[in-house]
Amino acid sequence: MSITVRKSGARIAAILALAALTAMPALAETKTLKVTMHADVRTIDPFWTTQTIAGIHGMMVYDTLFSSDAELKPQPQMVDKWNVSEDRKVYTFTLRDGLKFHDGSPVTAKDVVASMNRWGKRDGAGKQLFNYTASLAAKDDKTFVWTLKEPYGLLIDTLAKTGTSVPFVMREKEAMVDPFKQIEDVVGSGPFMFKRDEWVPGSKTVYVKFKDYVPRKEPASGHAGGKVVKVDRVEFIWLSDPQTAQAALMAGEIDYLENPQPDFLPILEANPDIKLETHPAMGTMGILQLNHLHPPFNNVKARQAMLHIINPADFLNTIAADPKLQKLCYSYFGCGVAMETDAGSEPYKAPKDYKKAEALFKEAGYKGEPITILHATDHQYINPANLVMIQQLRKAGFLKLDVQAMDWGSVVARRAKKDPPANGGWNIFITGTTVLTSSSPITHTSIGMGCDKAWFGWPCDAKFEELRKAWAFAPDLDARKKIAVDISKRAYELVPYISFAQWRNPVAYRSDRISGVISVPSVPPMWNIEKK
Amino acid sequence: MAAYILRRLIATIPVMIVVALFVFFLLHLTPGDPAAVIAGDEATPADIEAVRRKLGLDRPIWEQFALYVWNLLRGDLGTSIFSNLPVLTLVKQRLEPSVVLAVSTLAVAVALAIPMGVLAAARARTAVDRIVMGFSVLGFAVPVFLVGYLLIYVFAIHLRWLPVQGYRPLSEGIVGTLRSIALPSLALGMTYMALIARITRASMLEVLSEDYIRTARAKGVSRPSILLRHALKNAAVPIVTVIGIGFALLISGVVITETVFNIPGLGRLTVDAILKRDYPIIQGLIILFAGAKVLVNLLVDISYTFFDPRIRQ
Repeated sequence: MSITVRKSGARIAAILALAALTAMPALAETKTLKVTMHADVRTIDPFWTTQTIAGIHGMMVYDTLFSSDAELKPQPQMVDKWNVSEDRKVYTFTLRDGLKFHDGSPVTAKDVVASMNRWGKRDGAGKQLFNYTASLAAKDDKTFVWTLKEPYGLLIDTLAKTGTSVPFVMREKEAMVDPFKQIEDVVGSGPFMFKRDEWVPGSKTVYVKFKDYVPRKEPASGHAGGKVVKVDRVEFIWLSDPQTAQAALMAGEIDYLENPQPDFLPILEANPDIKLETHPAMGTMGILQLNHLHPPFNNVKARQAMLHIINPADFLNTIAADPKLQKLCYSYFGCGVAMETDAGSEPYKAPKDYKKAEALFKEAGYKGEPITILHATDHQYINPANLVMIQQLRKAGFLKLDVQAMDWGSVVARRAKKDPPANGGWNIFITGTTVLTSSSPITHTSIGMGCDKAWFGWPCDAKFEELRKAWAFAPDLDARKKIAVDISKRAYELVPYISFAQWRNPVAYRSDRISGVISVPSVPPMWNIEKK
Repeated sequence: MAAYILRRLIATIPVMIVVALFVFFLLHLTPGDPAAVIAGDEATPADIEAVRRKLGLDRPIWEQFALYVWNLLRGDLGTSIFSNLPVLTLVKQRLEPSVVLAVSTLAVAVALAIPMGVLAAARARTAVDRIVMGFSVLGFAVPVFLVGYLLIYVFAIHLRWLPVQGYRPLSEGIVGTLRSIALPSLALGMTYMALIARITRASMLEVLSEDYIRTARAKGVSRPSILLRHALKNAAVPIVTVIGIGFALLISGVVITETVFNIPGLGRLTVDAILKRDYPIIQGLIILFAGAKVLVNLLVDISYTFFDPRIRQ
């Protein structure tokens, strides 16, 4: 009996060993990059939402006409050559050879035109560009012409934008879908193909290498240059719990973690197999948004008074305790970017002066009415930022606060209400934006002062909007920098919102397993990464 | 017996109708707006309004309710606002991990907790009893997520015996599945074990003081036989009840455990949908959970008739 058992055991072991051996070459051949991004891919249409994760998904699957390099300068990507007329109104673009969609069909100028039209209906910078567009038409299969009504200077920069709402090129079929409706098929011409059959929203998103992708010859730099794919498969594994994500990286179950929680960075830093990567323009800028429609912040004096109360250093020490990650930045456009300027920030930089703040609030007609704060308690940095702000406002000693705790989902719904605070509206909420988004007065939605068309808080100033327009029409970088100084001064005078500094969010990856990670401020690319 | 089951099944219909009504109106009364979440942080109020119109969220509430009821009657739980996938497809994708986790937790908890409770009752007021009850208090008091993190630290990071996170489907081999759910089952099972062990002990102590147990002892029946054949069966009704009640505990525990251990199950689907206000998913899942709870209660009631034939009458 025991012999029989032993014999069958030996047989099973032999079969298992044989199976393992036959499976081994297949396993060895498939190089899979396992990545945890800051959020889960829940929507597959990168124009339908402005969520950054949709941009990351888009960057995998679709290609762009232009891309930003490591220094955030636009470089041609799908475009081979292009020229502009002397009056800077007519741009002619030619697509490079070998561009193919994942279904094998060639990318044509018609696809480009339809895609740009769809994108231009959803993205803020795109809408701005189309406001100055006279026509956009395909000349032949590979050439298209973009004609402007006025010499708008940001066409190329806008086409090269990264972060949210990137102008990706889709097939004409998908690009004709109503931009407020989600597309059904994901067929791009980018370096990776989306595996719809393996997509489990809230858990896993899988991409495989697109073998027919023809990368540019230039070396990869930022999102520009050759998108050479060096793995067979990329899996986005969604780990919603930051502690588990960090543990998974340490245990080698994932190779790359986009957004490790600042508290865990010292632990990751101490691990010799893990590397942290940053970019000079990488980071988040805190936004303390004020509602310009209702008292007290409908009066500029009350908004100016806030600059004498809010101390950004306290926010930084709470959100990102590591000094290496902090930047006490007084630039509305962020620090480490071309438009960096702190012009007009003197009142904010000065030592905090509650008496002055109180006097300004009185001048604004404040008589102790409750100030409604929408406090999102479920957000990684917005919750602590709220706690710091509330403490600082209480410390000022003369403000009556009505703090309403809720989840972030409730804040995003509530902030859209224009009603007075007593009727379900609000006075203050806290959010953030990426330095990349705020680096341009055009893409920086929350700085706009377009009244009804402005972002939540609805700041209103015609002169400010004129300055933004002048910036967009400036002929070169130097001219833009000069106008940025004027914009900054006007912003500090009118205080559309209060920025509470800047902090970096490095990405973490297993340097013992992967190499070739490209440093970018946002939307990390997965090409060029090699798995050892 | 069949009539009893049929009667109980019919009684579940009004329960499910109330649940459906409650879920719909509670959700629509809750602050939050999926259109605002979809449009993203850079979107303007006009963009959000356009998304809301496209999703039909600007329609009157009664119109949305009528559509919801009509779809429910056709067995259609709706389509996720975000992923554009049918809720049933999402549920099917997530069902296996949750069921495997729940069953394994239940199995681990029952297999360990009942002997612990019997042992504690048999050795009442001794060191063994105190250890079991101490464990029980601890298991109930320590939060699931903390147990989870501790298990991850010890068994996954320090000893490297088991994976930190993730789920291996049964189709890829039972060993992989068991490895992936070992820590989550243990973490989730702690509370459950504590509850069952405590109830088993209390119930057993009560039964052990009955006259027929004394008679059995006097007749010379062996101690294991008294405990397992005579006492445990009679003590089973409260134990089975608590296992049934604990099912609700299990559902709420699954939500946390699945998040900590990254198990792509129904619990995480629920949390994610709530945070994003994906109404169809929340509605569909609560109805499914309610249905499952009703079914478990029914099974518990039926099991009473097995343990205590008097209930049949």
